[in-house]
Amino acid sequence: MGVGIEVTNLNAWYGANHTLQDINLPIPANHATALIGPSGCGKSTFVRCLNRMHETNPIARVTGSVRIGDMDIYADASPVEIRRRVGMVFQRPNPFPTMSIYDNVASGLKLNGYSNRRALDEIVERSLRNAALWDEVKDDLKKKSGASLSGGQQQRMCIARALAVDPEVLLMDEPASALDPVSTSKIEDLIFQLKTQYTIVIVTHNMQQAARVAEKTGFFLNGRMVEFDSTHKIFTNPSDKRTEDYITGRFG
Amino acid sequence: MRKPETVAESVSQPVSPSSGQGSDHGITAPLTVPVEPVSEVRRFLLARGNSALADRSFSALMMTCAISIFAIVVLIATELVSQSQLSWSKVGFKFFYKFNVDPTTNLPLFWDPVNGDFYALPFLYGTLVSSLVALLIAVPLAIGVAIFLTEMSPRFLRGPLSFVTELLAAIPSVVYGLWAIFVLVPLLREHVNPVFISIFNNPTSVKLFGWTGLVGDDGLFGGVNLGLGLLASGVILAIMILPIIASLTREVMSAVPHSQREAALALGATRWEMIRIAVLRNARIGIVGSIILGLGRALGETMAVAMVIGNAAEIHRSLLSTGHSMASVIANEFSEATSDMHRSALIEIGLALFLVTILVNGLARLLVWAVTRGTPARVS
Repeated sequence: MGVGIEVTNLNAWYGANHTLQDINLPIPANHATALIGPSGCGKSTFVRCLNRMHETNPIARVTGSVRIGDMDIYADASPVEIRRRVGMVFQRPNPFPTMSIYDNVASGLKLNGYSNRRALDEIVERSLRNAALWDEVKDDLKKKSGASLSGGQQQRMCIARALAVDPEVLLMDEPASALDPVSTSKIEDLIFQLKTQYTIVIVTHNMQQAARVAEKTGFFLNGRMVEFDSTHKIFTNPSDKRTEDYITGRFG
Repeated sequence: MRKPETVAESVSQPVSPSSGQGSDHGITAPLTVPVEPVSEVRRFLLARGNSALADRSFSALMMTCAISIFAIVVLIATELVSQSQLSWSKVGFKFFYKFNVDPTTNLPLFWDPVNGDFYALPFLYGTLVSSLVALLIAVPLAIGVAIFLTEMSPRFLRGPLSFVTELLAAIPSVVYGLWAIFVLVPLLREHVNPVFISIFNNPTSVKLFGWTGLVGDDGLFGGVNLGLGLLASGVILAIMILPIIASLTREVMSAVPHSQREAALALGATRWEMIRIAVLRNARIGIVGSIILGLGRALGETMAVAMVIGNAAEIHRSLLSTGHSMASVIANEFSEATSDMHRSALIEIGLALFLVTILVNGLARLLVWAVTRGTPARVS
């Protein structure tokens, strides 16, 4: 089950570039929250700050606090520990090419030393079912490489891989932008179902996608969060002029 | 850190205090939702703690490995320096350029253990020239092999060919030396050198290019054609470093993404143009790296060179003349070095070889930096 996220005064830098400025944002548990905004506005950096992935870049720096559930991830915890609780799906599917589909999905548990064979079988099946991929791959789970699947299947497999460790939060950084419309709609259906069990934060360029899957939407511009509100309000009656310009396609 | 027990507590606590802030944004969903008891998987993962110790000890371990490299280099260098003190204190920097003149023949005399002359210039010269010849032969050949293997070879040839290339690297150098004495040296003497001699030493080329100093009796192919000498050692070194450069170059070239090749081909590039702008350009840093590795091997190679270079501490412009190299003089003379000065001079040559290798490496890196400066770096 998911937990909520409370972001307070978050600032992030890449070198001298101040990519996130004073972000304050409460992300509700067990809902989908969408982040929209033009390219380079900082929304990807923002989700990468939520599992401390941002700091894997040596020139990156972060200040501020992020509470996930009851844990301040920059004060109370190690990055490893956080990433065991916060799953992430990247823009481009990144399966482990040398592993079978089964091993890909089980990799998060296996690297943590989880060795209960029967439970592992069940978890892999459940994760693949949750990712709406089970029926397509169940016959060659251990025979085929994860990289032999199509792009959309790979991305759903990556979602299954993230779900297998039963995360409390699932971060998705433009998970459908490299996919065709059919695969995209499958991923969206998936998010729609998963958000009852997980807290989902999804970065997207596609405003219809945000409108379809998310209850809450945040609009980022030039490293600042301009507006955060219910998706309905953002798309029908935004309070900020810049939000309105963006969603009506006047820039970005 | 969150433990399973606290999760169980939060089950009975429907709304966390911080959710109050959320309502500023019209959020109705509480920050912490009543949850069913945590799953077995989650309980397992939470029980693993924060693994900070694991991460720290891993990086400490890797750091130790890295430091041990520095430690080895420092130990070798200090030992070489201290053991070569005698020679250094006696002749100092003159070690690298001074020579005496033989009163009877009037020729320069660099290295004469009997009379106590220990100057190292011919060894430096022999090492650098034979390595340079080796690079001139091996680099084009190796890049050709790599291009063929990655871009053109039919699938069935690829495996055997790269296997054979790598097999060349596995042959011990003394075997190369034997082969060179019995096959390469006669071959050069009978068939290859005469061709060069007839090109370089005929009257027309002497008339046209005499001013360069590279032709005629004092030129690159003047003097007696023994077969042994700088050219022979350059060729044998080329054969020895070819597999290193070829296999590493093939590796970096096949790492260039296919999409780059497609991008070039889609612009109407021929195969060679595609290889030039999409493959070689992307792989150039790796290729230079492989050449540096090959050069390092050539500079330090001892046995094969000692067997064909002729072992004469002399300096001639001609590639057909005999010479000596830094590594081979150490191998040849160290066990027979009776005087302290002789021993110390040999160790100083070892130190010089060490420094030459570092210097050449540094220069090559500088070259890469100068060439790639200002151009966009390759991202992945």
